[in-house]
Formats: sequence, C-alpha cells, structure tokens
Amino acid sequence: MSVENKIYEVSQINEYIKSMLDSDELLGSVCVRGELSNYKIYPSGHHYFTMKDAEGSLRCVMFRGNALRLRFRPENGMKVLAMGRVTVFPRDGAYQLYCTELSPDGVGDLYVAFEQLKQKLAAEGLFSPERKKPLPVYPHRIAIITSGAGAAVMDMLRILGKRYPLSKVMILPVRVQGAEAPAEIAGAIRYANRWKIADVILTGRGGGSMEDLWAFNDERVARAIFESDIPVVSAVGHEPDVTISDFVADLRAATPSNGAELVTPDQNDLRAQLLHDQARMGTAMNRLIKSSRQTLSALSSKRVLQSPVNYLEDKRMQLDYSHKQLIAASRQLLANKRQGFIRLTSALDAMSPLKVLGRGYSIVKGESGSVIQSASEVSLGQRIHVRMRQGSLVAAVEQIQEENSDG
Amino acid sequence: MGETSQTFEQLITRLDAIVKQMEQGNVPLEQALALFKEGTELVQKCSGMLDSAELQVVRLMKSADGSPAETEFVRDE
Repeated sequence: MSVENKIYEVSQINEYIKSMLDSDELLGSVCVRGELSNYKIYPSGHHYFTMKDAEGSLRCVMFRGNALRLRFRPENGMKVLAMGRVTVFPRDGAYQLYCTELSPDGVGDLYVAFEQLKQKLAAEGLFSPERKKPLPVYPHRIAIITSGAGAAVMDMLRILGKRYPLSKVMILPVRVQGAEAPAEIAGAIRYANRWKIADVILTGRGGGSMEDLWAFNDERVARAIFESDIPVVSAVGHEPDVTISDFVADLRAATPSNGAELVTPDQNDLRAQLLHDQARMGTAMNRLIKSSRQTLSALSSKRVLQSPVNYLEDKRMQLDYSHKQLIAASRQLLANKRQGFIRLTSALDAMSPLKVLGRGYSIVKGESGSVIQSASEVSLGQRIHVRMRQGSLVAAVEQIQEENSDG
Repeated sequence: MGETSQTFEQLITRLDAIVKQMEQGNVPLEQALALFKEGTELVQKCSGMLDSAELQVVRLMKSADGSPAETEFVRDE
C-alpha cells in the first residue's frame, strides 16, 4: 500500500461496495435455491434466515409485507427457492439476500406458472361468480370426463348409483396426466357440448402429486370449461388440492366422490321428501274437510234446513198476504177509474148540443148535412133541415136577408 | 321409463305445485279431493321410479362420422 493511496472511512467502503452490487444486473433480481436454516421471525414481522448448500451459506431477510404473502410455513431444513436482490447492509458490512418471494423447491416452476395463469384468467373474468351456471337438480344425463382406468371413475359411479340411479352416465375416457392430457380433456368437454350429450359434466381425477394434477391447471382445459354451455363440476385430487379448473368450473368438488354427490340429489332425501309431501297433502286435506264441515253446520243451523215445513208455511202466509194486497189494490184501481168516468160523462153532457136546443135554439143544415151558419150559404127555394129540441123540419127558403157579417 | 314419458323431474314439479295449491286452502272440496288423489298417485309413481331404477352407464366413443356412439363401459386396465 503506497502512501499516495487515498484513505477511506469504513462507511465509505461499505457504500462503495453497495453501489457496485446495486449496479449489477444479476444481483438485482435473482432466484436462489438452498436449504433453510436459522429461521427466525422477529416481533417486527420481518423474517431472518440463512440459506445453505453443501459449500456455503447466504444471509437472507424477508420484510413483513412480503412475509405476509407466504403460502406455506417455512421450516429449517426445507429446500426452497428464494426470489429477491442481493445488496449490502452497510451497518454490518455484510451482503444479504433481500427476499421478496419464497416457495418450496420442486414445485417451484409449476407454482409460478400456476400463479401466473391464475392471475391472467382471473383478470379476464374466467372465475367471476356471475358467469357460474346453476347445476340441474335432477340430471338426466351426466357426462364423466376422466380416466377410464382410475379409481376415480369407479368411486363416482358407485356414488351416482347409490344416490340417483334415475340418471344415465356417459363416460368419455381421457388421459388425465401427461403431455396429451390437457388437449384430450379440453377436447372431450367441447365434444360433449357440440353433441349436447349431457345436462352436467363431471371432470377430474384422483389424488396425486402437483405434477400429476397438472393437466387441470392447463389453460386449454380452463378455457374449454369456461366456454362450456353445459355446467361443469371440477373434481380433482383430494380436499387440499386446488387447480385452475376448480376456479373456472361452475362448482368445485373436493374429490371425485364429492363431485358425484354435488351433481345428484340423494334418493334418501327424495323419498323423505315424498313422504313429507304426502303428509302435507293429508294435513291440507283434513283442514279443508274440517272447514267444509264447519260451513255445513253453520248452514244447517238456519231455519230453512232445520224445519222445511215451517219454512214453507212462512212462505205460504207471505203468498196469501201478497194475494190479498193485490186484490185490494186492483179494487181501488177500479173504483178510481169509475169515478173518473162519471166526472168525464157529466162534463161531456154539459157540452152536448141537445142541452143547447133545450134552451130554445135550433140547428139548420143544408141538404148535404153541413150546418148553415150564414144566409149567403143558401139560395131561394133550397130545402133546409131544421133540428129543434123535439123533432125536426124540412123547409124551403122563401126570402134571404143578408147581413154584413162584419157588422 | 315404463308407460309414461314423463320424467321424474316433471312428476316432482307437479307434486310440488299440488302440495302448495292444497296448502293455500282456497280450493273447493271436490277439487281438493281430485288434487289429493293425483298427488298421492304422483308420490307412488315417484317412489316406484326410485325403487326400480338402476344406474345406466355407457362409454361414449366418437364414431366414424364424428357423432357419439354408445358402447358398454368396461373399466380400462
């Protein structure tokens, strides 16, 4: 070390190293495989641990925010993949991995792929609840898309036969693991839709490793399920296994047997329901009969039904009374009319020409029978008829004296 | 499915309607008796269907023209 060399403070060196590491592209985002040791969770919520392999160790920290998103409980000795960046903590002069994600090794790649596909499909709305279709309550035809060889298909058939033997089961055998499986499963779902072969589709397989179940995390299968017009129930693996198919299906079953339960009503429940319906009808019938009986007894307490003879006598008396009234009314009417007639005839009598003749007047008529009212209406020698109170004359006109009728 | 083409679902749906109608109460007695008779027959018919049913299982294969063909299902080994 020559004397011209500049002298640095400790913190300056640490800062220098930090800036060098921070400018390195690889260290800025790195995935490290190793075994966990000395794992500690501080009250602050930060996780501190060391990753080791046969030759070395690497100090790591995971801050609270990232640690909260952990999907498993890290334990010492566990093989893990850690994502993050490597940098220096200047106070200690030590570099460490600032870990943002931690996942168990072995499923690492699949795990990442699963999460990526899940996020993508969720963003597209493939999991949205409003797109879920209701299952038929009484399925006629149930399509099962699974391996023809596994225990799963036998489990499903046993449950279906026990619960709802009225249905018909269509088995579409497919491979459920390996490179061909996703295309076969997706193809069978589309085929079932094209030919409308069932009211509901049950697809899945028995339990296995994450790799074994992987076909049900395939995007092709997910899209076929989403586009299916026939409701789809996803029944993959065991209870804790969750696949993309489970998210996109109309209903998720924990296991293949559970799937068979979810698509059918239980005949024991149906029989109980039938008995219950019978009892309800009986109760309703009894109530109707009872209320009809009450109506009947209320009616029969009325006089007419208790004693029809009395009722008839009442009616007869009523009839007699009405008859009397009718006769009295018609007599009254007749009397009124008769009085009116007498009044009218005496008025007529008063106006009779015979009464006028009685007072000494005569009526003169011409030969035609018309009454002569003026001397000008007759000529000399003409015969005229004279009517008096008693008797009449035929006379000849001897003299005419006209008077001015206006005078 | 025997002498009638009516499905279990149709029978159950009709039965449900009958039970509800009878429970509403404002049904003339004669009509109620007819409903009761029909409902009881439906209960017997449905029970009978369940008693005699046996799960049909077929394997569906794609035939030459692409349409589905039913064959006997035998578990693959």
